[in-house]
Amino acid sequence: MLYREAGQYKTNYAADVSVFPLREDRVGLAVILFLAFCVVPFISNGFMLQAVLIPFLVFSLAAIALNILTGYTGLISLGTGAFMGVGAYACYKLTTFFPQVNIIIWVIASGFFSAAVGALFGLPSLRIKGFYLAVATLAAQFFLSWCFIRVPWLYNNNVSGAIEVPTRTLFGIPITGATATPFTRYLVVLTIVVVMTWIASNLVHGRIGRMWMAVRDMDLAAELIGIRLLPTKLLAFAVSSFYCGVAGALLVFFWYGGAEAAVFDVNQSFFILFMVIVGGLGSLTGSFFGAALIFILPIALRVLAPAVGLPLHPSTVEQLQFMIVGALIIFFLIVEPHGLARLWQIGKQKLRVWPFPY
Amino acid sequence: MDLLYKIFVDPFVQMGAAPDLLVQTLWEGLVAGVLYALIALGFVLIFKASGVFNFAQSIMVVFAALTLVGLYALLRQWGVRPTDLAAFLALGLTIGVMFLLAVAVERMVLRPLVNQPDIILFMATFGLTYFLIGLGQLVFGGESKVMIAEELYLPRGSYEIKMLGGFVNFQKIDIAAAIIASIMVATLAIFFQKTRIGRALRAVADSHKAALSVGISLEQIWIVVWFAAGIVALATGIMWGARSEVSFALEIIALKALPVLILGGFTSIPGAIVGGLIIGIGEKIGEFYWGPLLGSGIESWLAYVIALLFLLYRPQGLFGERIIERI
Amino acid sequence: MKLKHLLLGTALVASTVVAAVPASAQNSIYIPLLTYRTGPFAVSGIPIGSGMADYLNMLNERDGGIGGVRLNVEECETGYDTKKGVECYEQVKSKNPIVINPYSTGITLQIIPKAAVDKIPILSMAYGLSASADGQNFPWIFNPPATYWDGASMFVKYVGEKEGGLDKLKGKKLGLVYLDAPYGKEPIPLLEALAKDYGFELKLYPVPAAEAQNQSSLWLNVRRDRPDWIYMQGFGAMNPTAIKEAIKINYPMNKFIGNWWSGGDDDARPAGPQAKGYLSFTFNQTGTNFPIIQEIIKHVVDKGKSQVQKDKVGETFYNRGVLNSIIIAEAIRNAQKISGKKEINGEDLRRGLETLEITAARLKELGAEGFASPMKVTCQDHNGHNAAFVSEWDGTKWNKVSDWIAPIKEKVNPLIEQASKDYVGANAGWPKRSEPCDKSS
Repeated sequence: MLYREAGQYKTNYAADVSVFPLREDRVGLAVILFLAFCVVPFISNGFMLQAVLIPFLVFSLAAIALNILTGYTGLISLGTGAFMGVGAYACYKLTTFFPQVNIIIWVIASGFFSAAVGALFGLPSLRIKGFYLAVATLAAQFFLSWCFIRVPWLYNNNVSGAIEVPTRTLFGIPITGATATPFTRYLVVLTIVVVMTWIASNLVHGRIGRMWMAVRDMDLAAELIGIRLLPTKLLAFAVSSFYCGVAGALLVFFWYGGAEAAVFDVNQSFFILFMVIVGGLGSLTGSFFGAALIFILPIALRVLAPAVGLPLHPSTVEQLQFMIVGALIIFFLIVEPHGLARLWQIGKQKLRVWPFPY
Repeated sequence: MDLLYKIFVDPFVQMGAAPDLLVQTLWEGLVAGVLYALIALGFVLIFKASGVFNFAQSIMVVFAALTLVGLYALLRQWGVRPTDLAAFLALGLTIGVMFLLAVAVERMVLRPLVNQPDIILFMATFGLTYFLIGLGQLVFGGESKVMIAEELYLPRGSYEIKMLGGFVNFQKIDIAAAIIASIMVATLAIFFQKTRIGRALRAVADSHKAALSVGISLEQIWIVVWFAAGIVALATGIMWGARSEVSFALEIIALKALPVLILGGFTSIPGAIVGGLIIGIGEKIGEFYWGPLLGSGIESWLAYVIALLFLLYRPQGLFGERIIERI
Repeated sequence: MKLKHLLLGTALVASTVVAAVPASAQNSIYIPLLTYRTGPFAVSGIPIGSGMADYLNMLNERDGGIGGVRLNVEECETGYDTKKGVECYEQVKSKNPIVINPYSTGITLQIIPKAAVDKIPILSMAYGLSASADGQNFPWIFNPPATYWDGASMFVKYVGEKEGGLDKLKGKKLGLVYLDAPYGKEPIPLLEALAKDYGFELKLYPVPAAEAQNQSSLWLNVRRDRPDWIYMQGFGAMNPTAIKEAIKINYPMNKFIGNWWSGGDDDARPAGPQAKGYLSFTFNQTGTNFPIIQEIIKHVVDKGKSQVQKDKVGETFYNRGVLNSIIIAEAIRNAQKISGKKEINGEDLRRGLETLEITAARLKELGAEGFASPMKVTCQDHNGHNAAFVSEWDGTKWNKVSDWIAPIKEKVNPLIEQASKDYVGANAGWPKRSEPCDKSS
């Protein structure tokens, strides 16, 4: 009744292969974007923006990155944290060398550095598959973590080994550093994430995305029909690391305000992997859902427990959070291995025939 | 030129100059290798029997050790006077807890996921890891604990042997660890070759469907295998806890078992041991002689790079089965 | 099944929005404590957190707060993780905290730029950024009673004393075993400067946080180099492992000195009886022999309002947490006096901290005679560079074995000035100090 194709005719090929064929979908997307840009920043307080929404967007971008690699191309990667770190440190070095260039340009540029490093560590992927590749990416993770501590040039020989984010402006308004308000930072991050998601959506729905999915499903067969494996896999690593790098730069410059090597350790990689698993492998909307659940759940627990009146000590909440996340992952894998995205899809399908059951 | 000298000649000169340090480094590598091998053994057991790559093995090590120490403290609190009685009683109870854990895992994680692709099961063990971390911290507290090594009659102290111009220090607990590891490997090997359940385990590893068709109960086999892995985890936890202490930092070290598995092959018990020794010794020698060139601290990634190089030339590991891909 | 999920999900999101409304606290002073009772550093974090909370709760129980206003003490769990620490900071910011105790150098470094903008003072007692002792450039950051650079200089001074004079250090080898993190790297610049001045060789032994329990290769290096003295800048699970490894290579315990965060009871105890003789710096006494500790036991611990185990009261780190809270309480009293208000806010406390003076007489009044060194903070000097002493582990507890050792101020102060200048230079747009200087009353 509300969600029907009836009356929507496609009159050209472009309309036929569009990503959102139903008008209701397009309207829904426009409403969400409108809310995100024009409503949410005005009604949310600083805490919501700073500690919930900005990190949610950053992690969604990182989850999209990992989804491109693991969900669409089938290459398990445990090096996400390190690639994010490469982007963050690259952005830091670029902005210290050329402080007058706009920071957003450097954020995007740092993605290219990350892509180069990612492609380098993706070279073994031609010979190694599955879990073994995960171990190879772990090598990347630990090696890069070591570099972040041991290569003083990366953090400008700062004695403490940590990097601090300098204040940078856009049109005269500070957007990074301690004086930037959560409002401006949120809008900048939102814009970048929306644009990059749009690019990713076009990539995965197009020829390149189909090549990746073919490699995921059975790479030998893909090779037989003419898809060259090494360039495809390297491209997946490169694009995924590009997104990781941008996410890392956003994380440091627009959320934390500083960083040290421990931020990009192996736990960060696992964190993003959980988001992708729970959200759904091979789905962009799944990345958003996964990031929302895995990231916001602990905060909700922490804030909810005292609000409801449970006399839980903060450390107990912390431990409960681990248990609940772990249990949730197992639960989702049992109930719906394809994650929240699949649940969303099923929901939409049910809505299409509602009020009829099928 | 100077750099080439530093990389290729100087470390060997150093090795010759202080042979007692070389022996000490080799021994340290051996000990670390044995401990990595024990963790890898747990992985191999479960992978052989169920095809599940149990990422939670490392947290099972910590969890087993914590349970042992916690139960010991509890028993003492309840008034069990003689320390060795309390210690061995706690040991028995911990074995029971590991059995219950195996049953719980089989029931709640493995059975519902019975036909899913391997990657789903792998991710499920991730979830199990996090769950056990939270549960362990909740029940036992986050601070590190001292392993009850003395009460379990594990030797303390060391042998110092004067040799080769200096001295080499052999910790008695390390020797005990090596002996216990060998006994365990031997027991497991006999178990797999000679007993009925061992044969059933090997059958399940070959093919689940064929094993089912000859009447082997998959559920029972999985409980046995996870229980065995739990025992191995307990032994590892005791050894490693006695060497340093029982804390959640152990969980990250256990990630090192992955390169060991790569080297040895995922399905081979002798492979786990050999791989562990190679990685342990390689890591320590690399760190000690070549580490200062690169700024030291290279231990954190050296094992993975060794494994990576190995993977490029022999993906199935030293003893693993050749991977045959079928279309 | 799916509908339930959808409903649960929406309920969760809705609750976040609702619960994000800050809890208002009338008629009380809000003091958040960023503690860690989980994670690899919990062994050190638990007694410190308990000590901090217990002293403030004791003031609530015994005196009804300070100046008649109750103290609202809340702990936020960080796990020594910078990310969670920053999250905790953002969370507590909206509840008008009067001071932040990050208890982690990593978290402190991240919050330092935000303190001036958000107008919340940071008390990083004897940790954090050494350069923040410069009150001119860091008006909102305080780190009494001593910085890491003071500590390192005290180490060199102590070694010099034992060797028969600072000039005897020429040609000796001094080793630094440190956690490979901002905290661990802090003393390196000062030690390098002193090495140049006094002619000793400095050897660095970093311990990556992930390898904190796997230090055998590092100590093989120590065995190869045979430094004459070792200073340890360690924390958490790294300390007991380091001591065990030192015993293994037969390193003499009386040449092995830990800094004040490497001298906990749970650091030395796991190493067993062979750890006897291990030394450590500290700036607070241990033991329950002080009236102030007895008060805490009477009003808080015995009444079951504390998280600490009874036998842990009086240990080094517990007492250090108490000292931290003593500084906070005295600063609150000061702030109430200067501002004339009872319910002070962050800006008032900043002034209170800046004019802080805890004399020996005041310590005696509090029931803490000799507990710590008297300290004074001024506008220019947010630290005081006070003395510390060396303790020795005898197998069951720590005993004071040296006098109060003052830092080598003439070496430390110019370095602090230089570092402060470098920090401001590296961070373009660092605000110039605009807060006026109160006279100490």
